[in-house]
Amino acid sequence: MEQKTLCWQGYARQNGRKGIRNRVLVIYTVKCAEFVAQKIVAEVAHLDVELVGFDGCTDNQYAVNLLISLIRHPNIGAVLTVGLGCEYIQPEWLAAIAAQEGKPAHWLFIQNEGGTEPSAAGGVAWIYDALRELESTPRITMTMKDLVIGAECGGSDYTSGLAGNVVVGRFFDKLVDEGGTAIFEEIIEAIGLDWFLTGRAATPQARAEIQYTYDKALKYCQEVRQYSVSPGNFAGGLSTIEEKSMGAVIKSGSRPVQGVIKVAVPPAKAGLWLLDSTPDPYWMQFGITNPNDNEGLMALISCGAHIVFLVTGRGNVVGSAVSPCIKITGNEKTFARMVGDMDFDASPVLKGECSQEELAMRLAELAAKVASGVPTKSEMSGHREFFIPYKYQEKEVAFKRACEE
Amino acid sequence: MEETQTAFQIHLQDNVATALMPVGPGSVVILGDTVVGGLTATADIPEGHKVALRDIKAGEDILKYGVVIGRATADIPAGSWVHLPVMGSLYDKRSSHLDAATGAPKDICYE
Repeated sequence: MEQKTLCWQGYARQNGRKGIRNRVLVIYTVKCAEFVAQKIVAEVAHLDVELVGFDGCTDNQYAVNLLISLIRHPNIGAVLTVGLGCEYIQPEWLAAIAAQEGKPAHWLFIQNEGGTEPSAAGGVAWIYDALRELESTPRITMTMKDLVIGAECGGSDYTSGLAGNVVVGRFFDKLVDEGGTAIFEEIIEAIGLDWFLTGRAATPQARAEIQYTYDKALKYCQEVRQYSVSPGNFAGGLSTIEEKSMGAVIKSGSRPVQGVIKVAVPPAKAGLWLLDSTPDPYWMQFGITNPNDNEGLMALISCGAHIVFLVTGRGNVVGSAVSPCIKITGNEKTFARMVGDMDFDASPVLKGECSQEELAMRLAELAAKVASGVPTKSEMSGHREFFIPYKYQEKEVAFKRACEE
Repeated sequence: MEETQTAFQIHLQDNVATALMPVGPGSVVILGDTVVGGLTATADIPEGHKVALRDIKAGEDILKYGVVIGRATADIPAGSWVHLPVMGSLYDKRSSHLDAATGAPKDICYE
């Protein structure tokens, strides 16, 4: 197939993975350290230096796992962790994980450094050294089979289910056929479609995982009394939850689902995977599912996505830390109105100007371009949002124990 | 000259298409994966809403994406508007009570 000719130079990592960016990640480990970490990033003002962090003083396994997954992410080349000095999350231990990955790493406590100015100066000096060191990161050829791409939708309108999500599904089929890895999420928006997803399970284990995850999401919806359909959806022309769900799930394409992965746990092998980002039972009160688009993007990135797709009929401006975000709309008016923010116009297919196949090929070409280093609209304008909440999640898909039956 | 009215069929097996603009009674060109080509709309169909590609009998499945997205609760002639209350969900029984135009719930009392 034609995509086999799409290749570019990536960054070789010690763990065998390949990155498409070579960034310095500055991590603050409590809200009290955020300002200093922000100041370091702002003073360096380099496209490849960016910020994430966790606001809470009390730690949380989900948040720690998420930070570690970003440290190990192939797009990250070096890590600086910035703590205040009395919080639960340990910047020294996080920096040690980065060092084990063969990445330049450094950590500091603001209390030990002597406050804002000395901490910021020390951090900035270290980053300049790290950037010089990253110049010698070995390069390696990458093709579609090396890519992990995640997709979610938000701010949907009727074009999302007709064009935006459809082109992502067609592209995911190509990506999987090429030996690459595709991740979709939003099980909460698959209500009514368990039969559709379990019917595509690659193995009996995958089938059980999908059914368990679906049942959990349905129970969650019932308990928090929050379903993913509203009067506005009906007014917009959607007649049933099945119709809305199908418009979202269509972005998974048509290939077999290899299984369900949890946040911060990269897929074991290539192929199409369902990411479950909903909280697990027992601590269900510990967080709301899908509080915003950046939570979903962050969850996909934590599973190793090099690039994330955000399909939005109504339009959005966000980007993401760690991995470039390609924003796709099926609404030509949205694309024209927000051309400085939207990366891909899927509307030509609705006007009969091209086939779904041609449109999917254009998206593949854009993904390869971004993978080769060309910045997305959000990267160019400096959008590097992140969202790391408190949440409770098991690392593996749990099954009901005998005592719970 | 008036703009050509268009609707989009997503899967060959579908019996509905989605209006790409506010559609009024008259001819509609069907785009997408379709063998229908065109039809005559018999009603106003808002942008993003569905039009019947053929006659659908009460109790028949409504197909979009080649997948069952609900069931006809009345006979739906070709060219007419397919929405609440002529179709309903197989899962969510409440939605059949919603107002067809606004989606507002009508089964809750506001005094």
